[in-house]
Amino acid sequence: MKKLESSLKNMLLVLTGVTVISVAILAVVNELTKGPIEIANAKALSDAVSLVVPGFDNDPIAEKKVENLDGVEYAVYPASKGGKSIGAAVEATSMGFGGELKVLVGFDAEGNILDYSVLSHSETPGLGSKSTEWFKQGNKGDITGLNPGQAPLTVSKDGGQVDAITASTITSRAFLKAVNAAYAAFSGERTDGLTGATQKAVQAAPEEGEEPQAAAITDNNEEEKGADNE
Amino acid sequence: MSNFKILMNGIIKENPTFVLLLGMCPTLGTTSSAINGMGMGLATAFVLICSNVVISAIKNLIPDKVRIPAFIVVIASFVTLLQMLMQAYVPALYATLGLFIPLIVVNCILLGRAEAFAAKNAPIASFFDGLGMGIGFTIGLTLLGAVRELLGTGKIFSLGIFPEDYGMLLFVLAPGAFIALGFLIALVNKLKKA
Amino acid sequence: MQYILIFISAIFVNNIVLSQFLGICPFLGVSKKVDTALGMSAAVTFVLTIATIVTFLIQKFVLDTFGLGYLQTITFILVIASLVQMVEIILKKVSPALYQALGVFLPLITTNCCILGVAILVIQKNYDLLTGVVYAFSTALGFGLALTLFAGLREQMSLVKIPKGMQGTPIALVTAGLLAMAFMGFSGVVKI
Repeated sequence: MKKLESSLKNMLLVLTGVTVISVAILAVVNELTKGPIEIANAKALSDAVSLVVPGFDNDPIAEKKVENLDGVEYAVYPASKGGKSIGAAVEATSMGFGGELKVLVGFDAEGNILDYSVLSHSETPGLGSKSTEWFKQGNKGDITGLNPGQAPLTVSKDGGQVDAITASTITSRAFLKAVNAAYAAFSGERTDGLTGATQKAVQAAPEEGEEPQAAAITDNNEEEKGADNE
Repeated sequence: MSNFKILMNGIIKENPTFVLLLGMCPTLGTTSSAINGMGMGLATAFVLICSNVVISAIKNLIPDKVRIPAFIVVIASFVTLLQMLMQAYVPALYATLGLFIPLIVVNCILLGRAEAFAAKNAPIASFFDGLGMGIGFTIGLTLLGAVRELLGTGKIFSLGIFPEDYGMLLFVLAPGAFIALGFLIALVNKLKKA
Repeated sequence: MQYILIFISAIFVNNIVLSQFLGICPFLGVSKKVDTALGMSAAVTFVLTIATIVTFLIQKFVLDTFGLGYLQTITFILVIASLVQMVEIILKKVSPALYQALGVFLPLITTNCCILGVAILVIQKNYDLLTGVVYAFSTALGFGLALTLFAGLREQMSLVKIPKGMQGTPIALVTAGLLAMAFMGFSGVVKI
């Protein structure tokens, strides 16, 4: 077959043709993969939720609540078994070393940390990226069982109770900041409808604090005051 | 040239990573581990094979003056197709490779092969050219990923070879990518002469 | 304040070439002389800033409005390719002097992945138009800084005796690695 001439008519026809066919194929494939993509995304979240608050028999994702603290929205996925609340998984973000660090933290009904899952991060591979495992049960920075309501979590360098990731203090601080914020959202969601004073006290989680350490300490005090008021 | 020769040409003689030095951005950006490098290589190979075959099949319908934009549309369509499929079926890998998947569009290998091979040869030969180049690129990326992973963390494909504490973390980070690739190319040059 | 942080971060901390690995081809290809490196940097700054504005508007007013998000890649690359052509034609008419300086680099820019990369990143990061423009402009400056520094190093290197196997690309890559290491010193300077 001979090659088509480079006349204006041919060029326009061919380019339009190629584009139209491509777009048509993509539109079809887009329709076909829409479902699977949604399922894949939903599965990633539901897998994370069942990892951090195991043993529920409701559908936490369907019962998702949005908790608004200081203008920041947190997604709270309440877990219950036999109609009785067994805790919740809370999504929170903070600024890590390389960018946003998004974690899902599971709390039991008392606010003790059950487990967590890092949903997305852009930390340095081999350093800050260890946060996906470091704070899990049995590892060096184990945070399971701790309750940020008694004292906000801080790294041992800042006088806290959690060992930071080796050479990644900034990531560790950011991670704990997100966990504390998640707790604030968790307890904020619990106290909704209770006295405003309590809610205000818990709201002051170290979300806005430039210095995690200082913010954490003041929060701690305020939190105790809040408890006294109660 | 027989199809087998075309295939081997892409894998060894004109290896895109070590000899032609094409597609450096994903080569450096996605090879922090062997498995990531391999994922990126396979993704690129998929687009390369498909676009090579299609371009070669429609080459006579495209007037010379608009061939580059037409090629870009074909390549971009396959990249988008790949994006959708990866999001649906391998979301974890898609999240790891991130921006580098849409950027396959501007990978010089794709347009380079379309222009240098597919626009002049039959679809079957173009298929083997795409396959060879794709395999060559995948080998290059996997090898670089394996070297960086081993030197950086003491593992290959997450299998521990030596204790992690002896790893030179630098190789997982950005500078290590440049340095490791530099020495690998020097090694390939040396082997080629020998 | 936020703009200053983005500015510093894009130039030094998250340098597009040395830590994001975008635009490596021109980084290795046109870095043999400082003069050409400067010309390329200017051309990239020009096109990157305009391309970001145009792709941003298209994303917001065309793709998002009609739910065509899946056509992002294909649309952006076509927009960038035609934009580069248009810039070339307009420059030729309006400012022959500038065209003389940048002309040769313009065709190379279409396949410079930092243009498409930044256009997509601005959308992914959910920036507004002004933030996106500041980000694109400073990213381009970061590209220029890395490219010019690297070209300076390579000019010096051409005077040095280099072991045979390392000549050419290998030594250039190792040099780039050392430059990247220097830029790592900036990491953590600003948090955005």
